[in-house]
Amino acid sequence: MTTFWFILIAFLWTGYFVLEGFDFGVGALMPVLARGEAERRQVLRTIGPVWDGNEVWLITAIGAMFAAFPAWYAGFLSQFYLAAVMVVLALIVRGVGLEWRGKVRAKETPLVDVAIVTGSVLPAFLWGAIFGNVLFASAFATVMGGLLSLGLALVHGAVFVALKTKGPVRARARETAWVAGVVLVPVAAFALWRLDAVPAYAAMATYAAGVVLVWAGKEAWAFACTAVTIVLTTAATFLALHPEPLPGLMIESAASGPYTLTVLTWIGLVALPGVIAYQAWTYWVFRRRLTAPEVLLESRSA
Amino acid sequence: MDALDLARWQFGVTTVYHFLFVPLTIGLGVFVAGLQTAWYRTGKEHYLTLTKFFGKLFLINFAMGVVTGIVQEFQFGMNWSEYSIFVGDVFGAPLALEALLAFFLESTFLGLWIFGWDKLPKKLHLATIWAAVIGSNLSAYFILAANAWMKHPVGYEVVDGKARMTDLWAVLTNSTALAQVPHVVAGSFVVAGGFVLAVAGYRILRERNATGLIPRKKDFADVTAPMRREVDMWRAALRGALVMTAIAGAIVALTGDMSGQLLHTQQPMKLAAAEGLRHDTAGAPFSPVPGVEVPGLLSLLAAHDPNATIQGIDDIQQRLVTQFGPGDYVPNLPIVYLSFRVMIVFGMATVGLAFLGLFLTRGRGRRARPVPTWFARLCVLALPLPIAAIISGWLLSEIGRQPWTVQGELLTAASVSPGVSLTEVAISLGLFTLVYGVLTVAEAILLIRHVKAGPDEPVPAVVPGETERRVPTLMY
Repeated sequence: MTTFWFILIAFLWTGYFVLEGFDFGVGALMPVLARGEAERRQVLRTIGPVWDGNEVWLITAIGAMFAAFPAWYAGFLSQFYLAAVMVVLALIVRGVGLEWRGKVRAKETPLVDVAIVTGSVLPAFLWGAIFGNVLFASAFATVMGGLLSLGLALVHGAVFVALKTKGPVRARARETAWVAGVVLVPVAAFALWRLDAVPAYAAMATYAAGVVLVWAGKEAWAFACTAVTIVLTTAATFLALHPEPLPGLMIESAASGPYTLTVLTWIGLVALPGVIAYQAWTYWVFRRRLTAPEVLLESRSA
Repeated sequence: MDALDLARWQFGVTTVYHFLFVPLTIGLGVFVAGLQTAWYRTGKEHYLTLTKFFGKLFLINFAMGVVTGIVQEFQFGMNWSEYSIFVGDVFGAPLALEALLAFFLESTFLGLWIFGWDKLPKKLHLATIWAAVIGSNLSAYFILAANAWMKHPVGYEVVDGKARMTDLWAVLTNSTALAQVPHVVAGSFVVAGGFVLAVAGYRILRERNATGLIPRKKDFADVTAPMRREVDMWRAALRGALVMTAIAGAIVALTGDMSGQLLHTQQPMKLAAAEGLRHDTAGAPFSPVPGVEVPGLLSLLAAHDPNATIQGIDDIQQRLVTQFGPGDYVPNLPIVYLSFRVMIVFGMATVGLAFLGLFLTRGRGRRARPVPTWFARLCVLALPLPIAAIISGWLLSEIGRQPWTVQGELLTAASVSPGVSLTEVAISLGLFTLVYGVLTVAEAILLIRHVKAGPDEPVPAVVPGETERRVPTLMY
């Protein structure tokens, strides 16, 4: 049961990194991919309807850690106290920025954009840095972990924009994706090699395939590859975290009682497929590629 | 001043801020969903205008509720690791369920609602806002059930110095939760009602000023047709808010009475502190304001018997020392005493305003009474009342629980993270206070701007060359 819950929590973190990964990339690259206000809106609109739902994967992962492994939850957040403060503050200004961007005056949008970009770059870097630090406990590993997660988010986000848009933004996103992808090869290769697990080596292959495919213009396949790369990287990370998710803390001793784990399992098994189904439906509803003029004319609340 | 004090300040500051936004989210969401339902069923354009107008205010505020909530999910582990380890087995479950069953629903369907106007059939689009607000209300249930467990722990046993859940159903149907959830949720509807009253009151005053027609007559006979339509629209919003506030207010009073009785049996210290009652007293009095005492009223309220004995602070303190050893088991008396009164007086004033408004604006169709200008002004001025009331209620509830984090099981002093330094908490407290303060001012400015600007004007249709989509009726 403990192992099952460890896997479930790994699954929730994986969902978070795959989904919010491209959100972070889109937020961070917005000034690079877009020229002018119309295109900026077009870029942000690709994640507009979904980013908040994606972020709930984090809240659920953290909540599930609290319920299933209280000592892991408490140790993880109190040991990385200031990093957690920075993550949370970044998510705050980013979330508010995304929601308020369309409601402020034109002269205030640059400030909101600063919030969105910093709020996307910081957590994308910090998550990798935190997990890098847990695994290798060195400053170098912390930086490499951060660069890996930030880099993957940027490539993943650029590919997502290329997949979801038409016109000049799409061309720029495609170019950014493969250029960033090539630049990041040393970081990805080194960090994944250090993780030294089957999924990590597989992630190297899917990463390379993603970069080549986006260069070749196969955006959907490229996105599948970058998504799988993040899945495999997270899997390798959590494999390395088992059975000691924090230095000196064994997963068995951190776990809640069998009663709690059992009831939560039943509720989770019923609810999670439903969540995945309606989130998938959201992506289906908003499946069309976006053009800048269309986004400007869109009728919506706020 | 040590890390514990700062951690408590941080929890207080971040939670009170969170609680400024969340009640408005809960109540206003349902109000907007109600407006859209009215539009769906009647097809009257002004309901759509109101839906979009209040929808925008709702979303400005929603953002703050969400992001300040992330902090809460992290903060137990960051600052209260000993607490988290002790309670996680029990307390973590409702939190995990909240994320899984409520937050996903809320955030996903709200995204669909915001961007789905042109993409979903009308009926399905209406369903998305209802799904989102059901999510918000469910989240209130789960988090308040978790919170109720801190005050009245049930369905658990302590094994090896940790609470172990034995009965999830008992935790979710805790009597404290069943009284507290409707009390807080209905309180949220009063806050949202007060907000809509202020906004609608302001718009009515503004429409009247704009046309130079602050009517002094009994009806609108002398008012031009377009203006009458405008005023009718805001009158509808105001009436809706009056109904919502009045009904929710009645539920608040009823469940407040239930909570009072539960305090009597479950948290006698909080009850004694709220009244400042020093000693065990039969037929305990209640003083609505200091100096005025109504004999037997506290006993009547708390036990439904004017002669019942209510325990007093000093006597409870002695009993707790006998039970748990030496220590100070008395919460901060002035704050608890004062917040109890602010909650009751300001809360009842808001509900009274709603009933008064319903009376003043009674009648339908041609016999509908106009909103008196003075009443519209009063609605604007009353905006702070329900907010102050609900925040005070929260202070009463949580400061009155001290010195415990889990009543009778775990002291606040034993809950804090041992490894987090004073400097670290000082940094985070400073940053959170700063960022929250700035963002709250920004939200207030945004809300005021949009209220002043009023609903967006319908724009003439422009068909862009390269889109085959149908033309939007209302521009964002």
